[in-house]
Amino acid sequence: MLLDSLFNGVAIGSVLLVAALGLAIVFGLMGVINLAHGELMMLGAYTTYVTQLIFKLPLLKTYYNAYVIVSIFFAFIVSGVVGILLEKTVIRKLYGSPLETLLATWGVSLILQQFVRSVPLAYGTGLVISLIIGLFLPSVFSSKLKESVNFKYVKFSSWIFAALAGVLSGNLISSSVSKLSRASARNVDVTAPAWMRGQVEILGTAFPKTRLMIIIITLISVIAITLFLNQSAWGMRIRAVTQNREMSDCLGISTEKVDIITFGIGSGLAGVAGVAVSLLGSVGPNVGGNYIVGCFMVVVLGGVGNLLGTIFASFGIGIMTDLIGAGRLLSIWPDMPLPLSNTINFFATTSMARVMIFALIVIFLQFKPTGLFPQKGRMVES
Amino acid sequence: MEFRNLKLTKKTTFVIWVLIIAFIIAAPSILPVFRLNLLGRYLSLAIVALGVDLIWGFTGLLSLGQGIFFALGGYCAAMYLQITSSSEFPNNIPEFFGLYGVDNLPFFWEPFRSPIFSLFAIWVIPALVAGILGFLVFRNRIKGVYFSILTQAALLVFFNFFNGQQKLINGTNGLKTDVTQLFGQMVGSESIQRMFFWFTALLVIAAWFFSKWVVKGRFGNILIGIRDDEPRVRFTGYNPVLFKTIIFSIAGGLAGISGALYTVQSGIVSPQFMTVPFSIEMVIWVAVGGRGTLLGAILGAVLINYAKSLVSEALPASWMFIQGGLFILVVTALPEGVLGWVQGEGPRNLLQRLGLKRKIETYPSLEIKNETEGLKNE
Repeated sequence: MLLDSLFNGVAIGSVLLVAALGLAIVFGLMGVINLAHGELMMLGAYTTYVTQLIFKLPLLKTYYNAYVIVSIFFAFIVSGVVGILLEKTVIRKLYGSPLETLLATWGVSLILQQFVRSVPLAYGTGLVISLIIGLFLPSVFSSKLKESVNFKYVKFSSWIFAALAGVLSGNLISSSVSKLSRASARNVDVTAPAWMRGQVEILGTAFPKTRLMIIIITLISVIAITLFLNQSAWGMRIRAVTQNREMSDCLGISTEKVDIITFGIGSGLAGVAGVAVSLLGSVGPNVGGNYIVGCFMVVVLGGVGNLLGTIFASFGIGIMTDLIGAGRLLSIWPDMPLPLSNTINFFATTSMARVMIFALIVIFLQFKPTGLFPQKGRMVES
Repeated sequence: MEFRNLKLTKKTTFVIWVLIIAFIIAAPSILPVFRLNLLGRYLSLAIVALGVDLIWGFTGLLSLGQGIFFALGGYCAAMYLQITSSSEFPNNIPEFFGLYGVDNLPFFWEPFRSPIFSLFAIWVIPALVAGILGFLVFRNRIKGVYFSILTQAALLVFFNFFNGQQKLINGTNGLKTDVTQLFGQMVGSESIQRMFFWFTALLVIAAWFFSKWVVKGRFGNILIGIRDDEPRVRFTGYNPVLFKTIIFSIAGGLAGISGALYTVQSGIVSPQFMTVPFSIEMVIWVAVGGRGTLLGAILGAVLINYAKSLVSEALPASWMFIQGGLFILVVTALPEGVLGWVQGEGPRNLLQRLGLKRKIETYPSLEIKNETEGLKNE
């Protein structure tokens, strides 16, 4: 019973964790809360759906079982590229005014939601493909070419090539997969492949395989991100800029590149979270909104610039949601006094659990205003 | 963040007010009933926008949760109307209770039998809730983005609470007001609605004068000080927590009044008033109109909502795109809103760019000024 509850909590928490990880990294680095983060998750979830349908084509049918794994990479790239575009076009202009950024990203989230509703997914995929090619093609060329005078034209023609590729692939997908050729605001369902259905029995308790898969995805993402931040050169640069932007800039770190990379990774993680979300329920334009407030709570509770805080906060919130929302305290302690059990019953729905958790977090912040693991040292206010 | 303090000249303010009042007086005779009702609703939204302008434009607190106080005011009004019109229903309680098998009125409904209590509750309860919430947050020096996302979370929490409690306040269905009675007439009837329209118009003007009074003098200066450099205000010996709590609860009270007026004119209050998009929209009304101008908040609220209803009638799918674009545009290109643009260099720059007005020769000192501004922005 307790194990069951713990497992559910960990499963809820791990979705939160992947989603909040990206949010927290970006927030720590740039002081920017990305309100479009939920919509980047939604893009990840839709990517899973599109990948699934493409893998149903006769050509790829034999590899159908692997589509989930493939879609994790796709989702990371799709959301990451959209995030990079967002950084390059909007967020960079608003640097230093976080509240304005908040509003602008909300505008982006509205546009993304409506985009999914009113543009056929096939053409949306085409657009994303051309974005990916357009953004990454110029970086393939040799540096000698880049320095030459004509590079502007090369860049321009590579965008034309990208646009062509996008239109072609969009048409190809829309003609071969009929489900993707029309725009629809309806929710879609992602069906897990056969090997992910059913349950695994460990220690006499049955665990659904999809949830186990989500936990594994989370574990891998967290380990990968930790390794990246702590071992790689770019990770070191990101940490440096997080700690002191001006000083890092003076020491020759390209803060511009760091911003792009961080934003890309943060958004990519949202995409990975989207894959997890698509495995849990149906996917619609509003799917991100259900999770985003949980992510905000994680960031507030966990504190800034600390992976450990994010991890603890998301599992804490996940386990508490399950404990309160399912009224499990009652089954653990059946003969508690009546007033107490009435209160617990009152809060024993998912929505009321959120109410309770918010109250708890506000109380917690009275004692620790900077979150679970505050940054040590003197902080510059403002 | 550099943010110029906008001072509308007396002339501009006067002209805009004359236009607004002339329009309000003319509206009942030129607009059809449906449009008039819409205008009344949007005017009531102008009051909540004034509150947003007070806390965001003047004090620099971006609240994404004004919907809480808006809906609380609406619920207070609706509860009064429901309970006074419930005499023909079993147990003398509002009809919807019967659906859930509730026989006794929940205790917190009881005071709403009194009209005087309800009249006060409409603004006192939201102001109190805002004050408590604000105090708990400001006390810990939580500010900026943290404050914004906390208010948003609070909004969602209130939404969940109101949405889930069928037996207390009819949950997701909300409380209807248009079939209830006021002064022996249906609230939804045309004469009562017209009365509400005038009442709303009067209250908008009153709220504007009140807000103007609040930001005048030393109190207003401290608010602006908090917006521009809070630590410095604290070091000067003022307690920002107190001022922030007061202004947040004033904004809450304004939101409550606005919500009540909106509810009686739209005929229903439901947890939909507490959805996340609605509360963020309130901010964009102010941003488009012009932060820190008060008048801009009123104009923004009315005009954007009118545009919204017109556009969504013609092309339902495109409003989201337009609105999203508006959010991005207004923060990147028009940070001071339309009024700020008109008041500042905007029109002259536009004319110059179009080649209609010749560039005026300026003193060299202006170039030096530009240089310092460039340094500041870096």
